[in-house]
Amino acid sequence: MANTRRDGDAAAPSGDARSAAIRDGLGVGVAVGVSGLAFGAAAVTAGLTVAQACVLSLLAFTGASQFALIGVIGGGGGLVAGSLGAVLLGGRNALYGLRLARTLDVRGARLPLTAHVVIDETTAVATAQPDKASARAGFYTTAITIYVAWNLTTLAGAVGAGRIGDPDALGLDVLGPAAFLALLWPRLTAGRTEARVALAAAAVALATTPLLPPGVPVMLAAVAVLPALLRREESA
Amino acid sequence: MSVWIAVLATALGCYALKFAGLVAPQSVLDDPRVRRFTELVPVALLTALIAVQAFADGRSLEFDPARIAGLGAAVAALLLRAPFLVVLGIAAATTAGLRLLGA
Repeated sequence: MANTRRDGDAAAPSGDARSAAIRDGLGVGVAVGVSGLAFGAAAVTAGLTVAQACVLSLLAFTGASQFALIGVIGGGGGLVAGSLGAVLLGGRNALYGLRLARTLDVRGARLPLTAHVVIDETTAVATAQPDKASARAGFYTTAITIYVAWNLTTLAGAVGAGRIGDPDALGLDVLGPAAFLALLWPRLTAGRTEARVALAAAAVALATTPLLPPGVPVMLAAVAVLPALLRREESA
Repeated sequence: MSVWIAVLATALGCYALKFAGLVAPQSVLDDPRVRRFTELVPVALLTALIAVQAFADGRSLEFDPARIAGLGAAVAALLLRAPFLVVLGIAAATTAGLRLLGA
């Protein structure tokens, strides 16, 4: 009796959870996906062609790294340092993959495609769900929505920016840093460790900017994480 | 042409990391310092990038009042819990407005 009842109870919320996950995925996918408009415009402003902006969105498909690369290119920085910094920023997607591997449980032909969409937003939606089935539903809904939206709006932003006379006059140069700030905001306001790491990183980057080739100071700022790790170790 | 190489290298590197995470042995996460490092690295790198984009032009430090005001407006919008695109719109409008006025 008790078992039957529990099964019956579990079935209804599970269906609800799945629809809720799909709604989450659509919302996040559209809201964040359309910011490809900002990326497309910023990329062309930084000196990339429309095709280069679109290929980045199609193949790199991870916003922070894409903004990082065009930030360095726009600042006249070295392409090697710019690419390395961008890839380093993509490192957190590897951690997301580690976390999601068991939940998604993908094998065979779907694995390479699933790997491509392991990013901030899909991870955020998947890990917010109460069970595996809705986590998967949320993950793939977010993935498809954001991939389509991000790439279409990248094209629109890139083409639109190309028709604009002076991008700086429209304040487009502030879009890159403002986008990073908005993406980082929840982390910066979440804890003192994050705020300390952020301040130290900014100080390292600005202090070394006159001394090193553009792009390198941003990579070097990763050392700002080390004191936080040491402190953790001592207290543990 | 070399921008193309940077674009493709970035795409390849980013994809390799996503793929590696999904197929890596789960035991890597057992070390709390590995978890901690991967959590904090994006904070450090992104803040550094914001700082450089806000206060530097190539290798020289500079103070562009219109750009800094745009970022300040973005902070105000974030404090008021504005959505992502609204934050970007306010930042660009502030910077553009000030430049129009000759700042």
